[in-house]
Amino acid sequence: MVTSKKGSALTMVVHATVLFLVIMWTIPTAGLFISSIRDKDQLSVSGWWTALSSSEQKIVYRTPDADSEIQENGLYVLRGNLLEGGSGKVVKFGISSLKPEAFEPGTETQDRRDVTFKIMANGDYEVTSEKSFRRGVRIFYTAEVPPRFTLDNYRTVLNSEGLGQSFINSLTVTIPATVIPILIAAFAAYALAWMKFPGRALLIAGVVGLLVVPLQMSLIPLLTAYSKIGAIFGIEAKGYVGIWLAHTGFGLPLAIYLLRNYISGLPGEIIESARVDGASDFVIFRKIILPLSFPALASFAIFQFLWVWNDLLIATVFLGNTEESLVLTGRLRELLGSRGGNWEILTASAFITIIIPLMVFFGLQRYLVRGLLAGSVK
Amino acid sequence: MANVKLTNVKKVYSNNVEVMRDINLDIQQGEFIVFVGPSGCGKSTLLRMISGLEEISDGTLEIDNQDVTHVPPSLRGVAMVFQSYALYPHMTVYDNMAFSLQIAKMNKQEIDAQVRRAAEMLQLTPYLDRLPKALSGGQRQRVAIGRAIVRRPKVFLFDEPLSNLDAALRVATRMEIANLKESMPDSTMIYVTHDQIEAMTLADRIVLLSAGNIEQVGSPLELYSNPENVFVAKFIGSPAMNVMPCVIESTGERTAVKVADKFTIQSPIASPTEDNGKSGFLGVRPEDLVMVQDGDAALLEGEVSFVESLGEATLLYVHVPGVTDAVISKQQGTVNIHKGDKVRLTALPEKLHLFNQDQQSYRCL
Amino acid sequence: MGQLAVAFLTMTLGVLTCAGYFYGSNALLDVIFPSKNRPPEVVARNLRIVNQVRPWLFLGPALLLLFFYLFYPVVQSVILSFYGRTGEEFVGLDNYLWLFQSGEFLESFRNNMLWLIVVPTLSTFFGLIIATMTDRIWWGNIAKTLIFMPMAISFIGASIIWKFIYEYRSGGDEQIGLLNALVVFFGGEPQTWIQIPFWNNFFLMVILVWIQTGFAMVILSAALRGIPDETVEAAVLDGASGLQIFFRIMVPQIWGTIAVVWTTITILVLKVFDIVLAMTNGQWGTQVLANQMFSWLFQGGGDYGRSAVIALVIMILVLPIMVWNIKNANAEMEGR
Repeated sequence: MVTSKKGSALTMVVHATVLFLVIMWTIPTAGLFISSIRDKDQLSVSGWWTALSSSEQKIVYRTPDADSEIQENGLYVLRGNLLEGGSGKVVKFGISSLKPEAFEPGTETQDRRDVTFKIMANGDYEVTSEKSFRRGVRIFYTAEVPPRFTLDNYRTVLNSEGLGQSFINSLTVTIPATVIPILIAAFAAYALAWMKFPGRALLIAGVVGLLVVPLQMSLIPLLTAYSKIGAIFGIEAKGYVGIWLAHTGFGLPLAIYLLRNYISGLPGEIIESARVDGASDFVIFRKIILPLSFPALASFAIFQFLWVWNDLLIATVFLGNTEESLVLTGRLRELLGSRGGNWEILTASAFITIIIPLMVFFGLQRYLVRGLLAGSVK
Repeated sequence: MANVKLTNVKKVYSNNVEVMRDINLDIQQGEFIVFVGPSGCGKSTLLRMISGLEEISDGTLEIDNQDVTHVPPSLRGVAMVFQSYALYPHMTVYDNMAFSLQIAKMNKQEIDAQVRRAAEMLQLTPYLDRLPKALSGGQRQRVAIGRAIVRRPKVFLFDEPLSNLDAALRVATRMEIANLKESMPDSTMIYVTHDQIEAMTLADRIVLLSAGNIEQVGSPLELYSNPENVFVAKFIGSPAMNVMPCVIESTGERTAVKVADKFTIQSPIASPTEDNGKSGFLGVRPEDLVMVQDGDAALLEGEVSFVESLGEATLLYVHVPGVTDAVISKQQGTVNIHKGDKVRLTALPEKLHLFNQDQQSYRCL
Repeated sequence: MGQLAVAFLTMTLGVLTCAGYFYGSNALLDVIFPSKNRPPEVVARNLRIVNQVRPWLFLGPALLLLFFYLFYPVVQSVILSFYGRTGEEFVGLDNYLWLFQSGEFLESFRNNMLWLIVVPTLSTFFGLIIATMTDRIWWGNIAKTLIFMPMAISFIGASIIWKFIYEYRSGGDEQIGLLNALVVFFGGEPQTWIQIPFWNNFFLMVILVWIQTGFAMVILSAALRGIPDETVEAAVLDGASGLQIFFRIMVPQIWGTIAVVWTTITILVLKVFDIVLAMTNGQWGTQVLANQMFSWLFQGGGDYGRSAVIALVIMILVLPIMVWNIKNANAEMEGR
């Protein structure tokens, strides 16, 4: 490559552009993650990009009532800390809701009933009155709270929002729905690649055609069929076996297509050699094809795993929406409806649903890319 | 160890393309047969039909006097060495060689003995635990041969086994194969190649194929000195034989022909009288064409249009007026001839080849 | 945990059944038609039969599943589209008539067309740009991984991520959605983005573009690397500029791949409903066919006939791509 001044300026532009695009593409996920570990009070009042700076919170504090008052020098006194031991500092305070930021900390003020308020920057307060307090008094203050990160949101969603159960449901659906189609598709792919029988070309064309059939076409007839079959055997129509088979059926065209492309690309002489060596097709498949197709099998496994884990449609239709059977995607959708404004719940839940696919993605990206290429590049 | 007999064997593809026409061939036990021919002539197809990897459309194939026309490959008692070696990439050298025996459910000690014997023979013992990818091209080739040996087949089939090797290794491996044959004199071997040197050096008998037909079967020297037709004449030998159109002027015990309306040439080859006056072809090998001094009788005269000095020989491309293709003459050593020089060429009468208008040799009629 | 154990057990059982079927059926075949210790002509005949039967043993389960889950439903859906809401009473063309008079359908159709134009175009465009640029810088692979990452995120997860970006806070409250915060920062008025008619469609499309660009990038990057260096070098010697090389030498050579990427994303766009369901559920003029079909499936007890007819429209839109794919596959088969 010839390097010139113009060239290096161009390189700088390329670096800058790619950096910009990478930031554009990662920021949404980063925002979700950062938000999910922020304190929920902070999350709801300030943007996640301010997570590292202190935030100002306007809070109404009600002191305890007469039970905790003490008598000193003939006066009734209530003492305590506005921040309740938390870190931060009081910036302003007030004693009426109309003027919540009237006074600086460290000053003293009195209300109409001669109650004296003294509030320090560290949150300590002293309220003095000549008469006993019947109930607590209200103090309005503005505090500057340092950033707080916590896993509380995760604890909440895993325990009380049912995410834990859904996580298990998702695993229950995903693992068999990934493994079963691989085996079935691998045999079929071998037959379509290396065995001679009438109608082979037609079947391959059929598989390619089914590759693009929208799932939507299948839903209604299958729903009907499932409930009929369920009625015949007296079992619940919506269950795990049903969804495993459904995912298997829908995943098969891609699986067969990918694996056939790969298997038919294996050197023919190896297979012929095995045939001359006396191996039957079953032995060839087991001893030669399966070990050699490992990369393709891994690619498809990742595809199918991501697809099943991330699927909402089939799970909703074939597994139902009951509390016990919701998978993660279904749960997220439900939370979007019921907890639409509670971002601490939504962000933490969303992150839990995407963490497994992201781990699979970063761990096995190589195979994913290979599979994508095998599936689409001629 | 066994003989192989093909009777009226045909291969027709489903789209009615006939790729092998009526092949008859009798291979004796212990023979080393080489199928040779230009690419697309069907030599590999014929080999694969013998192995059972291609179906035989018509005719019969016998191995060891048993009809195996419709018997699957594994039961024909053949072993095949492929062009790409076809080693199983995920198995060690040992497992590669043991695979067929394991499938045949032979017991472990026997398998071990067989594999080690073959490995010893091919100097592969140190590599038994390696995967094929850790071997050189020549070693892979030997593993492929070893895989064939352990099966103790009736017939060995080689499908262009040397074409993936570089030139130096090819010569060495060629000799190894020749030695292998010598150490197993009873085994029948069929070998496919497009390289005529391999064919000439290895074969007991060569089967020369073209376009799905057998052109000639015979020992290497027979094919060289007595080609049955123009195709064989031109295929065997390098540079190829000069073949010139001619007109037959007299027939009988001896035949006279006229080339380029100018040169009348007498040859001791007999020809039938009805061919008198018809056209034919005169062939003469470049190495048989020698230069003669002015005044001596010459077969052909022309002007040198190109000189190739190879060191051990010199090729002269001579333009003879009236003959379309340049006539090539191969002179021993270096000669002081340049482009544009006039040369006069001759050959011993018994070295001449004469073909009728159907390109068949008169010697063989 | 108990559930996981059961799932694991069932999975093992399922896989074993599968493996058992293949192993057993093949073994059975070898027992019925033995190829050992029999006269050669019997062996030959048996082996011929075995070779004819075995492909179907291998293909059997796959064909059965493909038939039941994909082929039969397509046919059945076509039939259902002529039946009423429960799928029992024949209504002729009523569903079709309803479809073309329904404002919602026309809206979905229009939106789908918008999606079909915008999403594949932008994804392919960004994918091509990023693929070209990342090939030239040393940290290109890291950049690619990060841009490819959204591929792993579910549509519904992505919807939450983006809903958070579009979040709107009324009054003078601080904006916690990134987009509105930026708008306020530059002195604008915050908006409820996903409720702005017409334009909100584009805010939803952004999500899919965000997900699919990585896919386009990976494939196009491989195609770009497959271009022989010599052609680029020849162009450099011919005096072509960087842009000329890109548009006149490189892009024409990967045209086939671009088409594949384009059609793959197009099919995905037609099927995607999760994003619309999660973001707006079709409100504020964002309905698309797939989501409309889903709504009719359950809405008010469900209407199978109308739902089927909408599914059929999606199928018809996919049909040209299907035909094209099959043609390509056949051409490729004949090439072998």
